[in-house]
Amino acid sequence: MDLGKDLVAASATPLVLAILADGDSYGYAIIKRVAEMSGGELQWTDGMLYPVLHRLERQGLVTARWTEADTGRKRKYYRITKNGRAELALQRQRWQVVHNTLRGLWLKAYTV
Amino acid sequence: MSAHTGQQPLEEQIGEWRGYLRRRPALHPPDVDELEGHLRDQVAMLRQVGLSEDEAFLVAVKRNGSLDAVSREFAREHSERLWKQLVLAEGAGPAAAATSRLEAIILVVLAIAAALTIKIPALFGVQIDGPAQDVYAKNLSLFVFPYLACYFAWKRHLDIGGCVRLALPFLAAAIFVNMVPFVPRGQTEQLSALHLPIALWLVIGITYAGGRWSTSDARMDFVRFSGELFIYYVLMAFGGGVLTAFTIMMFHAIGIDAQWLAQAWILPCGAMGAVLVGSWLVEAKQSVIENMAPVLTRLFTPLFTVLLLVFAGTMFWTGNPIDVDRDVLIAFDLLLVVVVGLVLYSASARDAQAPPDFFDALQLLLVVSAVAVDAIALGAIAARISAFGFTAHRVAALGENLILLVNLAWTAWIYARVVRRRTPFSTLERWQTAYLPVYAVWAAVVVIVFPPLFGYR
Repeated sequence: MDLGKDLVAASATPLVLAILADGDSYGYAIIKRVAEMSGGELQWTDGMLYPVLHRLERQGLVTARWTEADTGRKRKYYRITKNGRAELALQRQRWQVVHNTLRGLWLKAYTV
Repeated sequence: MSAHTGQQPLEEQIGEWRGYLRRRPALHPPDVDELEGHLRDQVAMLRQVGLSEDEAFLVAVKRNGSLDAVSREFAREHSERLWKQLVLAEGAGPAAAATSRLEAIILVVLAIAAALTIKIPALFGVQIDGPAQDVYAKNLSLFVFPYLACYFAWKRHLDIGGCVRLALPFLAAAIFVNMVPFVPRGQTEQLSALHLPIALWLVIGITYAGGRWSTSDARMDFVRFSGELFIYYVLMAFGGGVLTAFTIMMFHAIGIDAQWLAQAWILPCGAMGAVLVGSWLVEAKQSVIENMAPVLTRLFTPLFTVLLLVFAGTMFWTGNPIDVDRDVLIAFDLLLVVVVGLVLYSASARDAQAPPDFFDALQLLLVVSAVAVDAIALGAIAARISAFGFTAHRVAALGENLILLVNLAWTAWIYARVVRRRTPFSTLERWQTAYLPVYAVWAAVVVIVFPPLFGYR
């Protein structure tokens, strides 16, 4: 499903942070995980993920390090920081508010 | 490339794709590596589900998104990488060519105006080598900075209200330094002459930033600009010196004394005009001197570190106390200025994303040793300052020392955390840029508060 540019941009931060909260990961795996968790409904343009990761790194929400994968190639792994977890909690509250409001509105519309 | 991908092996295709990425200024080699890793993972996965190499490559490239869109996103995130390109990018197309011609004309007019402004006191009989030459020292920045501010006001499309607000500090400064009843050749007069340019440089910075002064990025751009301008200025001063020497020498050969011409015209007018020409060069020709300041930083950071360590070692080994007088205090001030400069300019060129490396550790060592050496010197001075008495010179030098020491002490703390990967490098950048107004405010205090405080002597 096409979410539209704004919604993709807004949801990228909590999605990435939530995935990294489960454990360190790298770009390709993060994209795969997003597709998996959304049942393939959420498709990002792959290249767009990296500027997002770099922004989170600059903001100190994640840290990155290069490690050698078993294939011998280098891979950049990202890890969530303490600040990142705090930001995730905040984002979670915000999205919860939006979610609850919409759900309430839509449930009412449905019963009427 | 799609015309002949059919026959190319995968490696070749990826190599070609890398080449396309490498040409984007917003993408640095590690970013290309990261994107390539992604592409290879994607290709491997698609191969597993049965696609051929070619098909897998095409699908993976498509999923990556258009190169333009991706590099635009990178550019948005890493605006510092495009510092040069952003300025130069304006120079494309006929309309831009007209603008750059107009810019050159405006600049020449402003440079000539600045060069003539320094001759205004001479109209009233105040000669540059005459008895009232302190008029020149006090007003030096006022001869040229207003024109520089005009140049940036034009470049950043400042509105009328902005221009008025911009004119006020210059006007206030001009009235102030010329109205205050300084005792001729007194300390406070010298200090005012020395500190006014520093205070007014902040006004130039705010104009340069064009409404973005509150952002760390804009301040860093201004730091880069200041450093490059300084380098251009030194180069032009050198060239100007050669020109002057030839003028005097050649006219001397035909029996005409041209010394007065050099002293009264070439030197002062050239020195003023060069500030504007230098600024224009930095703005327009940035690729010619490719960020010299960071290169010099890399060169001199190790040397200064060695100097400081050897000095500290010698001091401890011999037990020689620091010989305290005003010159020593100024020497230590200058040392701290150099160290702050080294930190600032290496920060301005450093990729904020790059992991801490050996150079960062070296710089931490430099900062820590500078703080340690300066703290020892300051301790020695503080212990004996009451014996010397508080003159304007000493208080100003001491205040500057404290301001720089506070900056460096906190810099050392942040740097230690950066090296241990506790905080991203951008924290340091933000600290340095947030501290910039402190220098200007202190300079303004020295200009405004010191003369009455020390009885205008």
